[in-house]
Amino acid sequence: MQTECSVEYKEDMINRTVAPPITDAVAFDLRLKPCDRYTLDNQVPVYAINAGAQEVVMIEWVFYAGNWYESKNIIAGTTNFLLKNGTQQRNAYSINEYFEFYGAYLNRSCYNETATITLHCLNKHVAELLPVVAELLTESIFPEQELAIYKQNQKQRLEVNLKKCDFVSNRLIDEYVYGFHHPYGKYTSTLDYDAVERTELLAFFDQFYKHGKCMVFAAGKLPDNIDQQLNRVFGSLPLNRTTLPAVNYSLNPSAEKKYRIINDKEGVQGAIRIAQPFFNRHHPDFPKVQVLNNIFGGFFGSRLMSNIREDKGYTYGIHSYLQNHIHHSAWMISTEAGRDVCEATIVEVYKEMESLRKEPVEQEELDLVKNYMIGSLLGDLDGPFQIIGRWKTYILNGLDEQYFYNSIDTIRKVSAEELQTLAQQHLNREKFYELVVV
Amino acid sequence: MITFERFVLDNGLKVLVHEDHSTPMAVVNIMYDVGARDENPNKTGFAHLFEHLMFGGSIHIPDYDEPLQRAGGENNAYTTNDLTNYYCQIPAENIETAFWLESDRMLSLAFSKKSLEVQRKVVCEEFKEHYLNKPYGDVWHKMRELAYTKHPYRWMTIGKELSHVENAHIDDVKQFFFKHYRPVNAILVVAGHVTVEQVKQLSQKWFGDIPMGEKYMRSLPQEPLQTEKRVQEVHAAVPLDALIKTWHMDARLDKGYYVADMITEILGGGGSSRLYQKLVKEKQYFSNLDCYHFGSVDAGLLTVEGKLVKGVKMEDAVAAIDEEIEQLKSTLIAEPELQKIKNKTESVIAFEDMSIMSRANSLAMYELLGDANMMNTELQKYQDITTEDIQQYSQKIFQPNNSNALLYYAN
Repeated sequence: MQTECSVEYKEDMINRTVAPPITDAVAFDLRLKPCDRYTLDNQVPVYAINAGAQEVVMIEWVFYAGNWYESKNIIAGTTNFLLKNGTQQRNAYSINEYFEFYGAYLNRSCYNETATITLHCLNKHVAELLPVVAELLTESIFPEQELAIYKQNQKQRLEVNLKKCDFVSNRLIDEYVYGFHHPYGKYTSTLDYDAVERTELLAFFDQFYKHGKCMVFAAGKLPDNIDQQLNRVFGSLPLNRTTLPAVNYSLNPSAEKKYRIINDKEGVQGAIRIAQPFFNRHHPDFPKVQVLNNIFGGFFGSRLMSNIREDKGYTYGIHSYLQNHIHHSAWMISTEAGRDVCEATIVEVYKEMESLRKEPVEQEELDLVKNYMIGSLLGDLDGPFQIIGRWKTYILNGLDEQYFYNSIDTIRKVSAEELQTLAQQHLNREKFYELVVV
Repeated sequence: MITFERFVLDNGLKVLVHEDHSTPMAVVNIMYDVGARDENPNKTGFAHLFEHLMFGGSIHIPDYDEPLQRAGGENNAYTTNDLTNYYCQIPAENIETAFWLESDRMLSLAFSKKSLEVQRKVVCEEFKEHYLNKPYGDVWHKMRELAYTKHPYRWMTIGKELSHVENAHIDDVKQFFFKHYRPVNAILVVAGHVTVEQVKQLSQKWFGDIPMGEKYMRSLPQEPLQTEKRVQEVHAAVPLDALIKTWHMDARLDKGYYVADMITEILGGGGSSRLYQKLVKEKQYFSNLDCYHFGSVDAGLLTVEGKLVKGVKMEDAVAAIDEEIEQLKSTLIAEPELQKIKNKTESVIAFEDMSIMSRANSLAMYELLGDANMMNTELQKYQDITTEDIQQYSQKIFQPNNSNALLYYAN
């Protein structure tokens, strides 16, 4: 460590206008801790990071059971949601009580390609909890009554959300970019909930969970015999035997690019979304675009933030990002701005695009962003859950640790000229969909 | 067990160091003993607006964020009704940058008019985004005014109304700064890949010469004991009827606080909690239901909040909640149910303590409450609670005369 401050430095000599010397974060030797890999007897792969001081673990079962594989809207999401709501042996209440008694959290989430079930618990309770997770994954029965309550409550929740301009704008912009019949572009109506049948859930469960394609991610201070425990409980389940159906969707982006919608005539803010379809992580330019995006709107010191929040005060926050999808992505700019300054905000967004096209980024700004990105990467790798999260992203996207090292290398080396070229290719107003929902 | 060392600079700044050499990072956390409760009732929202201004340049450094980002650091801050907290995470090699930045803005802000002008607008947009432009966004404005007649918990951190923020003046800013943002009213916690010696040197070097300031002595108007049941009806353009009901509970350091915290878990913590099982699943009166409190330092509010299933009458919904609460008052809860809550608490604390950021924040919080070591004795306080405690405390607080209800009707 080189941080020890020099002893001869006298208090009265402090010159507060001069920054203390720093080690450039780009010089750090960042390492992605390798994960343990093994397979259970049924070929289910397990990825594990054994680290951390607290006696806690996280175990996640990832199934290829996302929206991508449903033949009717909301079947994947409903199946995932109701995994905790009844098995042949236990009703919803006793399932919840069982996990909660051990102070454990069992969450489930449905994404586009995948759907997950995630256990967070103290490591001393793993042995009691794993068999019940297995029970959910093999014996769920989706009781009619549970489905009915779910429909009623989800419809009510949707009704409230539809009053919010940000919620409405997120649905619409995805529809414009991908098309309503693409899993990334579709959304749910109350009628979709009404149409869900229990038999459809059972069939989806049987194909995509019980006999589905599964992988396991585990992290934390894992019990010594975690591999044996996982194998004993999950290694003989009928998982990973059949191949996934090949499902392909075509993109159907909207022809019209500009939308202004009044969702709430009393609204005092507008949700602005500006987006264009974009390539995924496999494109060689993707890591460079991440740097460009950071400069543009990717962090607190970005140009969008500096201009539109810190100079104009039009919004509480404005961000740009690349959507985290596997097949395709979109480059998105997102903010909620005062109703009377929405159009002015959009003008400024395009001005910032123009400036990135016209002028190369100054070296000082580029260095700052590079250091910031490496520093925050270092922070992001702090802790077992964060490390396994990164591994999960790579594995689900068909990447490996080389991607991590390439990205770091790109951040270190990318030049202002390369970024300007990328800006000229991609940050053009006419490529973007533009939406304001008040 | 979270270990730490504590020392105090001559100017009264308390410094705590928590070493953890398993991480390459360091966290520098400064908590100021000032929150929305310390505001003038006619100038509310100021503590929070001020938090924004702390990023608008200090006396020697025009921009706070830029040098920090250049050193690979990230930062943020939050304001509550009780306190204001600033924290940054930075690669440990560059920790001195954080000392430089934090000490300069404790020494003095630049008091830039431009920054005030812009941040007033930014906070107004934040106000709109979170409280005006969302269905039910005003629920806590109304509830606080109903439940508190005197105590400054009457208003939310964001402020009572937009105009208070809009009218903030640069003189208010200066006065607020020199009253509250002094070493004697602050706690510095440094955590991560650092040594105590190193932090001693850096603290002395960067914070040692900042004038002490006057210790802020808090004397807030106390909330008189509530003596009658309060009910307020609201009609608004929302899709569903909603109900929010609160009862005054004990302050953060009282035993009753811990009991109240456990009661919120019994009633509303998770899918096996009583209110969820009875009222969402069995009776189907509510489509969602939560039971919580804000962890306030002064006496807070135990809250039940939910949206009614369409077609359910408000009076039936209210009666159903009362019935569950009566149950808690009349019948001892079973040991396994209490054990469940204790196990959950143990687990929550273990997960919270995973990151150095969260450990640093907790140390500062407990030090503000009186002693950072409370972080290590907290779990035992929950373990000591008995089923009788739960029943007795329920009988104490769940009185009609201690209750405030907001009946929120869809137009």
